[in-house]
Amino acid sequence: MTPEIGHFAIILAFCVSVLQSLFGLVGYARGYAKWMSSVRRTSYLIFFLTSVGFACLAISFLTNDFSVLNVASNSNSQLPWPYRLAATWGSHEGSLLLWVLMLTGWMAAVARFSRGIPTEMISLILGVMATVAIGFYLFMLLTSNPFDRLLPPAADGRDLNPLLQDPGMVIHPPMLYMGYVGFSVVFAFAIAALISGRLDTTWARWSRPWTTVAWAFLTIGIALGSWWAYYELGWGGWWFWDPVENASFMPWLCGTALMHSLLVTEKRGSFKIWTVLLAIITFSLSLLGTFLVRSGVLTSVHAFATDPERGVFILGFLVVVIGTSLLLFAWRAPKVGLGGKFQTISRESALLANNVLLVVAAASVLLGTLYPLFLDALGFGKISVGPPYFDAVFFPIMAPAMFLMGVGPLARWKDSPVPDLMQKLKWSFIVAVVSALILPFVMGDWNVLVSIGLLLALWIALASIVNLSTRLKQIRSGRTVTLIRALSSIPRSYYGMLLAHIGVAVFIVGVTLVNGYEVEKDVKMSIGDTVSMGSYTIQLDSLEDLTGPNYDGVEGTLSVYKGERLVEVMYPQKRMYTVQQMPMTEAAIDTGFTRDLYISLGEPLNDGSWVVRVYLKPFVDWIWGGCFLMALGGIFAVSDRRYRKAGSSSAAATSAP
Amino acid sequence: MKVSKFLIPLVVFLGVSVFLFKGLSLNPREVPSPLIDKPAPAFSLPLLHENGSTLSTNDMRGQVWLLNVFASWCGPCLEEHPIIVDFSERGVIPVLGLNYKDNPVNAKRWLERHGDSYSSVVVDLDGRSGLDYGVYGVPESFLIDGDGIIRYKKIGPLSQADIEADILPLVDKYKR
Repeated sequence: MTPEIGHFAIILAFCVSVLQSLFGLVGYARGYAKWMSSVRRTSYLIFFLTSVGFACLAISFLTNDFSVLNVASNSNSQLPWPYRLAATWGSHEGSLLLWVLMLTGWMAAVARFSRGIPTEMISLILGVMATVAIGFYLFMLLTSNPFDRLLPPAADGRDLNPLLQDPGMVIHPPMLYMGYVGFSVVFAFAIAALISGRLDTTWARWSRPWTTVAWAFLTIGIALGSWWAYYELGWGGWWFWDPVENASFMPWLCGTALMHSLLVTEKRGSFKIWTVLLAIITFSLSLLGTFLVRSGVLTSVHAFATDPERGVFILGFLVVVIGTSLLLFAWRAPKVGLGGKFQTISRESALLANNVLLVVAAASVLLGTLYPLFLDALGFGKISVGPPYFDAVFFPIMAPAMFLMGVGPLARWKDSPVPDLMQKLKWSFIVAVVSALILPFVMGDWNVLVSIGLLLALWIALASIVNLSTRLKQIRSGRTVTLIRALSSIPRSYYGMLLAHIGVAVFIVGVTLVNGYEVEKDVKMSIGDTVSMGSYTIQLDSLEDLTGPNYDGVEGTLSVYKGERLVEVMYPQKRMYTVQQMPMTEAAIDTGFTRDLYISLGEPLNDGSWVVRVYLKPFVDWIWGGCFLMALGGIFAVSDRRYRKAGSSSAAATSAP
Repeated sequence: MKVSKFLIPLVVFLGVSVFLFKGLSLNPREVPSPLIDKPAPAFSLPLLHENGSTLSTNDMRGQVWLLNVFASWCGPCLEEHPIIVDFSERGVIPVLGLNYKDNPVNAKRWLERHGDSYSSVVVDLDGRSGLDYGVYGVPESFLIDGDGIIRYKKIGPLSQADIEADILPLVDKYKR
């Protein structure tokens, strides 16, 4: 009965979405006040119904209901319960349900936290979001129903792919979806602004917190995915430029540009066309990503479904939604006024350059991702585009953006005289260059790429410190203000920016040092053998059989010594998951602030010894630490009291540069 | 009439959509062989049925022959096997079986069960010869002519249609 209730709830949610779309859009067009004011309530209803649907599917998984096709295909009675829950979204159909749950969740949140926004605008915004939801409900109900029955029921399920039986599967997809589905909010705001013609600083102020929160979730979602791949796949890689990874990264790049563009529109009324276009593009990239991973158009280790029939449906949906939005943009954008003028060197120009660089970076990733498809479709044969292309193209584009990250926050609005900037940043630059030249020697050998990476990271960090101290000086000039007083008078959004930028610097340090100095050794080891890695000596103590809830395998015990001192004992495993007969490597990782020690078991050899892979990865955790700081910065910025007080525009206007 | 520059995003998007639509009817996993019309990589591998003896590509010179890569652990191989058995029994050309990354005991049992009409079966235990041929899945079949040049590669199970439409015409073309 439960799956049928869930199915019915989704059908109802679809129907109410049609109503909301009608009430919202037609209500606005005709000025029907009753229709427009009903959309908040319908949003809550839709979210409630979708939650019921989702809960029914989750319950089917948790209670091992193998009469549901989706449960039988993706779960198993031996599967531990957290993974049975995660299996709810471990399939194409289930993950769609998660998608639409997130969408309606955001929709309900907008309905709840938008007191300051006029009814006509809310009517448009929620109407647009409901329209997007309609597409997903239709797709689910017509082609990808998670509630399909399997009769007679299977005796047991086919199990969740062992690669997904991990805490990462419990948290990475929800975070990721909260992120790129969250961009549907600013998308709806943008469409509403284009339709109503009300594209102004107030609109930007409403849009900003929604964008920043979605961006923060997406940052965390991507970072979790990367970290999960690192510890799960057994060879210590953390980013592969896989099409599905790129599908989440492109919205992130454009979302970052959008966040910064919104800030200019809010503060100066400029970049309105850029901002509205970026809002459309960012969400379009989210939708495109959804298409790419389900249609079979690209090969990827991540791809959910490779079903061209479903692909046609999504593509059609994409063309309707994105095509209509871009058509609306082409029609209404010329009527949007331009904002304040600004000089060649100013904060606006720095942020404009930032916009351009991030969009170009996203476009280059898109080109690389779709290039194999373009060539194949034109009959020019099959190629694959991988890290060599992306690495060669992405870093040179981002490097100037990183440089600007130091300059931008210090530049004045409208006109920032260069001598003034140079005066402020002179010492940061010198210290950064000198340190960047010397530090590689400390780590080992000198390497030009490491130097460049460290230069950028140090530059950003030092410029941020200069920024803070300049601001403190301004607050305290001519008055006696204690340092604590001065620090606490600065708005949280400013600290958010500093934190996020420093997060980027930390990230760069991690990437640079890991790429520059990681060490890998593949060795054949018998019991008692040792291998040396840097200043560590690692000894294989024993190999034992092990049995888990739905797997068996071998566990190695390795002792790590620094000189004579025992530092750590590590237990890598090689598992065989019984249902799918799939071998899995569980790497043993000793996490440290300045390095990871990473050991995984390879294959057993005929004489009882094993191939063991040992890695030393300096500063690798700074990669995800940096991402976490970025997201934290975003949350800080959103928690600024400006956003919590509805309609307090004067407080926003007086905040310092 | 001046066309608005604001239409550019829409035009770009529609262009991309056309490619995406075309892409739905393509299969990105199917990689054509770069070895067509190139010399077949040489191998000298032990025979499955005769311990101690080997067969090399040189031994097949002077005749057109089909190399069929199969394994006992491979599902689709079982699907195509009746067609392979049938074709080699017709005696048009010799069909050589390459037992790929398999256990010889299992392979023998499999052939006993499902029919063995290969002219010979060679054993590629570690898959190295398969690697030379660009094998990335099983089954795969190669048509090789009298000069040792690969003229045709089929990825996946051979169908009767493949034999009639592709292989037989090529056999006629290259048979001397």
